[in-house]
Amino acid sequence: MKKMSKITKNNLITYAIVVFAYAVCEILMRAGQMSSLMKGLLVPLCVYVILAVSLNLTVGILGELSLGHAGFMCVGAFTSAVFSKCMASVITVPTLRFFLAVLIGVVCAGVCGILIGIPVLRLRGDYLAIVTLAFGEIIKNVVNVIYLGKDSNGFHFSMKDSMSLGMEPDGMIIIKGAQGITGTPTDSNFTLGAVLVLLTLIVVLNLVHSRTGRAIMAIRDNRIAAESIGIDITKYKIMAFSISAALAGAAGVLYAHNLSTLTALPKNFGYNMSITILVFVVLGGIGSIRGSMIAAVVLTLLPELLRALNEYRMLIYAVVLIVTMIFTWSPKAIELRERYSPEKLFRKKEKEVQ
Amino acid sequence: MMSFISYLLNGVSLGSVYAIIALGYTMVYGIAKMLNFAHGDVIMIGSYVAFVAINSMGLPIPLSILISVAVCTLLGVTIERIAYKPLRHASKLAVLITAIGASYFLQNMALLIFGANTKSFPSVVKMDPLKLADGQLTISSETIVTVIACIIIMICLMAFMKYSKAGHAMLAVSEDGGAAQLMGINVNATIALTFAIGSALAAIAGVLLCSAYPSLTPYTGAMPGIKAFVAAVFGGIGSIPGAFIGGILLGVIEILGKAYISSQLADAIVFAVLIIVLVVKPTGLLGKQIQEKV
Repeated sequence: MKKMSKITKNNLITYAIVVFAYAVCEILMRAGQMSSLMKGLLVPLCVYVILAVSLNLTVGILGELSLGHAGFMCVGAFTSAVFSKCMASVITVPTLRFFLAVLIGVVCAGVCGILIGIPVLRLRGDYLAIVTLAFGEIIKNVVNVIYLGKDSNGFHFSMKDSMSLGMEPDGMIIIKGAQGITGTPTDSNFTLGAVLVLLTLIVVLNLVHSRTGRAIMAIRDNRIAAESIGIDITKYKIMAFSISAALAGAAGVLYAHNLSTLTALPKNFGYNMSITILVFVVLGGIGSIRGSMIAAVVLTLLPELLRALNEYRMLIYAVVLIVTMIFTWSPKAIELRERYSPEKLFRKKEKEVQ
Repeated sequence: MMSFISYLLNGVSLGSVYAIIALGYTMVYGIAKMLNFAHGDVIMIGSYVAFVAINSMGLPIPLSILISVAVCTLLGVTIERIAYKPLRHASKLAVLITAIGASYFLQNMALLIFGANTKSFPSVVKMDPLKLADGQLTISSETIVTVIACIIIMICLMAFMKYSKAGHAMLAVSEDGGAAQLMGINVNATIALTFAIGSALAAIAGVLLCSAYPSLTPYTGAMPGIKAFVAAVFGGIGSIPGAFIGGILLGVIEILGKAYISSQLADAIVFAVLIIVLVVKPTGLLGKQIQEKV
């Protein structure tokens, strides 16, 4: 066997972690060792991992701060839920229906990413951040006023109320404004979630280590230098942004098919969600795919594990955020860490021996 | 026609609150180059302090507002000292996450102390509404007070920046922190002062906001905070007159959008206008264009 490159080895370790974690959870579940609370958390965990990895593509690899990632998730969730609800009686195999729904959600979110990316990526820094936040909120608000129905005459669309759809009595209302979509087939499960996580990782890791990925990182490190050696900035920026959006859409599909009722609340698709994902990315290490994966799992489980502390858990979560940031970034903390790092102590001992 | 004027006045009133909050945002951004996400929650804390002082302790209203301002000033400086100062030269994202952490902390602190129940905030303005045009047009006293307060604050801040030594120091630090330090300006003290002023303004904004919209919960500050941030960006972040204009415009657009287009889509309209402005003028209405050097 040929010697594997370091990158391939690293990627394989990342995939292996996912497969191993999946196997452990599956065994625990089969053995009946998992509480129902944990079982309910498995699919959301996959959703968060996909979101964190995809946002890392924008924040870490492309180097642009996006605060509207939940908006793309929202697009993926709603388009795929509409599809699944319409097709519930046509395609009866849940897994096939789910993968078609993923395809629809990914394409819609990706197209949305391109459309939003064109104006947004002209801006820089904090202006870009606020515009992505604005787009995220717009998507959430617009989804909340859409009414969509289907009867024998085809689809009916309105932005006022369900009466103005003018449907025949046998028609089915698919999206009911702020009440969202009810009765989505719950096609997703932990196995499908794990498969999606793996697919996301394969896409992102291969992209990062390809020629395209290097071009994107060159733009991040020095835009002007990258431009001067002939990298098409707009093309690569939009490419990274839309792939990131498409993957967020996949997370949305998984989210939508895990619940039978889908509503666009500030909690699940608002800027709070976008910020939660950003926290995963930053705490896991900007640009480190494996890091965001682990941070997403740990930070989702943390409030649940602290459930015993009840009211204090979110307070502790906040303190953990602040302390971690200060510990990793403050000059004083870095100095302290370097002085007492195991490597250095080890080296000192070596010197003494000599 | 009369209803249009009344909507417009409501918009200006809401916009004035946004403007006061946005002033805090924009000053902190100008000087520390950070998005202070906890600013909205300082507003909420300010409102709660005033609420407790008026309702539970029965203190007179002006004293309650003073206490609220004092508590928020202290809070702002403390947050800066504990959470932001150690990260002065760290990556921007790290500071952003710390600010988010501080925001979660304040929200959950308020949730622990005051509970999740909505408190009904008493209006701090005890005057009769102004009736114009034979009673066809009623201007609430809150509107008048809010607008006047905003204009006074705005003028005071401009004068402070223009004529006081501390104001000059702020301008110098926002222009070039390193050079300012070499000229003998205490950069840390200047940044602390900026946070103090911003948080004091947040307290006033909180009291005014809750007088006009009297429901108070631990999450009251979040949305106005975001909107004010949008207003600051709208007017060109870092610019004081920009924050004022951005705030007023945002308030008017929001109220008119709510009245004439759709109440559910009002926020979407506000954000859409922001996007259009930024795409046409990428640094906001009054923002400075900074040339990038190779």
